[in-house]
Amino acid sequence: MSKGIFVVIEQRSGKVQNVGLELIGESTRLKEDLKDDVVAVLLGHEIEGEVDKLYHYGADKVILVDSPYLKNYVTEPYTKAITAIVKEYDPEIMLFGASSIGRDVAPRVASRVKTGLVADTTGLRMAKTEEEFAKEAAMGCEDPTRALLMTRPAFGGNIMATLMCPRTKPQMATVRPGVMRRIEKDKSRTGELIKFNVDFTDADMNVEILEVVKADKKHADLTEAKMIVSGGRGIGGPQGFDMIRDVADALGAEIGSSRACVDAGWIEKDRQVGQTGKTVRPELYMACGISGAIQHVAGMENSEVVISINKNDTAPIFEVSDLGIVGDVKVILPRLADAIRKYKEAKASN
Amino acid sequence: MEFGYSKEHVLLRDLYRKFAETEVAPLAEELDEEERFPVETLGKLARFGFMGIPFPKEYGGAGGDYLAYSMAVEELAKVCATTAVIVSAHTSLCAGPIYMFGTEEQKQKFLVPLAKGEKLGAFGLTEPSAGTDSSMQQTTAKLDGDEYVLNGTKVFITNAGYADTYVIVAMTDKSKGNRGISAFIVEKDTPGFTIGNKERKMGIRGSATCELIFENCRIPKENLLGREGQGFKVAMQTLDGGRIGIASQALGIAEGAIEECVKYVMERKQFKKKIGQFQNTQFELADMAAKVEAVKLLVYEAACEKDAHRPYSHLSAMAKYLAGATASDVTRRCLQLYGGYGYTRDYPIERMMRDAKITEIYEGTSEVQKIVISSWMGLK
Amino acid sequence: MKIVVCIKQVPDTVEVKIDPKTGTLIRDGVPSIINHDDKTGLEAALTLKEKLGGTVTVVSMGPPQADVALREALAMGCDEAYLVSAREFGGSDTYATSGILAAALEKVGYDLIITGRQAIDGDTAQVGPQIAEKLQLPQVSYVEEVVDAGADFVVVRRQFEDGYHIVKVKTPCLLTAIAELAEPRYMSVGGVFEAYQKEIKTIGFEELKDGLELDMIGLKGSPTNVYKSFTKEMKGTGTVLNDVTPEQAVDAIIKKLEEKFII
Repeated sequence: MSKGIFVVIEQRSGKVQNVGLELIGESTRLKEDLKDDVVAVLLGHEIEGEVDKLYHYGADKVILVDSPYLKNYVTEPYTKAITAIVKEYDPEIMLFGASSIGRDVAPRVASRVKTGLVADTTGLRMAKTEEEFAKEAAMGCEDPTRALLMTRPAFGGNIMATLMCPRTKPQMATVRPGVMRRIEKDKSRTGELIKFNVDFTDADMNVEILEVVKADKKHADLTEAKMIVSGGRGIGGPQGFDMIRDVADALGAEIGSSRACVDAGWIEKDRQVGQTGKTVRPELYMACGISGAIQHVAGMENSEVVISINKNDTAPIFEVSDLGIVGDVKVILPRLADAIRKYKEAKASN
Repeated sequence: MEFGYSKEHVLLRDLYRKFAETEVAPLAEELDEEERFPVETLGKLARFGFMGIPFPKEYGGAGGDYLAYSMAVEELAKVCATTAVIVSAHTSLCAGPIYMFGTEEQKQKFLVPLAKGEKLGAFGLTEPSAGTDSSMQQTTAKLDGDEYVLNGTKVFITNAGYADTYVIVAMTDKSKGNRGISAFIVEKDTPGFTIGNKERKMGIRGSATCELIFENCRIPKENLLGREGQGFKVAMQTLDGGRIGIASQALGIAEGAIEECVKYVMERKQFKKKIGQFQNTQFELADMAAKVEAVKLLVYEAACEKDAHRPYSHLSAMAKYLAGATASDVTRRCLQLYGGYGYTRDYPIERMMRDAKITEIYEGTSEVQKIVISSWMGLK
Repeated sequence: MKIVVCIKQVPDTVEVKIDPKTGTLIRDGVPSIINHDDKTGLEAALTLKEKLGGTVTVVSMGPPQADVALREALAMGCDEAYLVSAREFGGSDTYATSGILAAALEKVGYDLIITGRQAIDGDTAQVGPQIAEKLQLPQVSYVEEVVDAGADFVVVRRQFEDGYHIVKVKTPCLLTAIAELAEPRYMSVGGVFEAYQKEIKTIGFEELKDGLELDMIGLKGSPTNVYKSFTKEMKGTGTVLNDVTPEQAVDAIIKKLEEKFII
């Protein structure tokens, strides 16, 4: 019988990425219903030092494949290793980060082991109600109590769809980074390490990496930001980001953008929040001159506090805002930057 | 008459609209403001086949028809009347007569690069004393050995200075009146041919409108277009086709104005309501939309009749007359709905109103169109 | 080089609206377009053809209405087009779709296959890699630049979140294209007329059935199934301040930041 919630851990340059820890966190929640072990699958070269971290964040077991073939990400060796693990352990569930690596390797694995794969999910839960059991059974699921329901946005975030994978195992999904929560780190936790051997050959390296380049990161990743001040078409032009930057600097926040400004070339693509950009969940999201098209809202609606400024009082952004201001960003933002600085100075001198 | 477009035309509309919105619209305001000719757009128009739409592929064209061409001018004019008239004058007034009247050698030499958009074309008929009465040609062409020698001045010539190839109408035999007029193909940089003053215009300000000056300009006699004495016919048939281009331009301006105006009235609020929610606004725009749709059918009918090789001069005259009048009327009424903002250069509607006026004047004034229509009706 | 590009016809989601009463998508009157990443792939293929010679073939799986997407690709300059269409294929998930497309690609023949990274309606990014798996081809996904290409290889820049790899891969292989790869060209006017003079060949169930896992196509054979669809709940409305002076607006924002312990 298929058993275990397997999480394929993403590492880059030998460092475990957040999304893997988020997935372990989510798996511990699935475990409350499924009662199976949470198994982290760690692939790379000379990365054993990362194993403990996976226990600390909730993994019961770690399967480690350590090989020079896995130093840099190449599709075939990674696919081969994960496929071998699936064949050996027959997992019930297997999760990947919906990153540019996860979305490259997961489809190949799913295809090779002949199972389904649900992409870019934002919600996972085990089937629980009679209705859900009935539907799973009707679709050919042998044990609906072990069925995973996977929810994801479709049609640019306009519609959410819940999918199931009733007949084939593992039930596989890629999960959007930034959506799931890590659990509290517990350094006392330990687990079982399984070193798994895969026979790689040179033929597995069917593409040749000529160069590996780390792009210098000018800004912190938006998905990690605590505060984001975002600009939309209403800021008037590329120079509008100067006042956005001013407010962001005063707050200590990162700069975000709607798609319109990115398309217009006002700001780099990596600042884009929304369905085709990044999903963010900061403590504060300030939307300036952003109308709040549904594609944008899809990327920021989980923010703790949303404050928006827009001159159009019917802008949909107001529907998802804790505080909305109908007004001109060009007038309000410079004053706001000053006010925040004054407030902070006053607070510091007290 | 069959309503509904062919699949080709539906797909073309998509192409035209995307091209116009992405490549043409962003320049419109600047071209108007600076009276600047959009040289940078010509290469793009050529690359995607806009400069030879109705001509066969063997002559470098797109292998399309006049309806496809009409729709292209319309879509360009929705966002920029300047760009539309450049294409229209080039296609209808220069490439058009060479295609209709040129010899095979002339087509290979002149039409192919024009239709491919490698060269730009213009047409010289109007003179300081020969406007609506184009039979009063003062420019002369005298055969001297293997060459014609041109002398005289043309005015209000669209694309002048930027064009490489000019179709020029001149008097070869004054004694014969209209039948003494001939048409020629003149290349830029021919000695004795210079560009004179550039007009400062009310609208279509990015389009170059200049004098052409011929002083003992010698051109090879092979550049005679059609037969000697056939020039008036060449000019009139050229204008029949050209009027469809201008009618399409006027149609596009009117449609563009309505699109802009609808956007504006759904944003602008007065008395705590969007002004588009007031019945006056709704009725005004509904009335305009209905009239523009009727004009569109007429313009397309003229184009389709030309494509079908049936008589269409009266239809192109009707189309140009009504489209021009409608463009002027619609842009003025849209501006009124904008109110004060419409009068400022912050919004495109005042430019559209200025651009619209020329469509009642060039390539035959509205009055000339009425002469053509009434004479077709037998009122002579 | 025979380059084959897989394209999908998708609703233009910029125009997709939700019916406020039923909460479902209004698809009537929503224009269909070639999926953007796929169009980027078309441009890359056409550019490669200009450099290396050869042909560009375009393949789309979908209903007969996808004809217009294929015509558009032809009008951009593609040489030939295939529509993969059959009732049996309807409702396929990515596993099933990639199986069908892989079988079709075997029929069509290829040296290089380019797909878009993902489609804007499904956003899965799975079909490209799964075609490569079924055809046992090497793949490079998230391609943002073609650096070099020759008769039997391509060198591409593969994007990651924190940088990129320069990767050389021998053909036959499969690439998935992202927006950065190329700015798609327009159709040309002449291309539109030519597009409708060409024949679009349809590949149906009969032609492919010998190359398919017959129990894994269509709605019934797809390993994943939709349990239900629903519209998203919107976050509750907070306060909206209208008709306030800039000073009052700034005060209100500061107060909110204070209240939420942000400053």
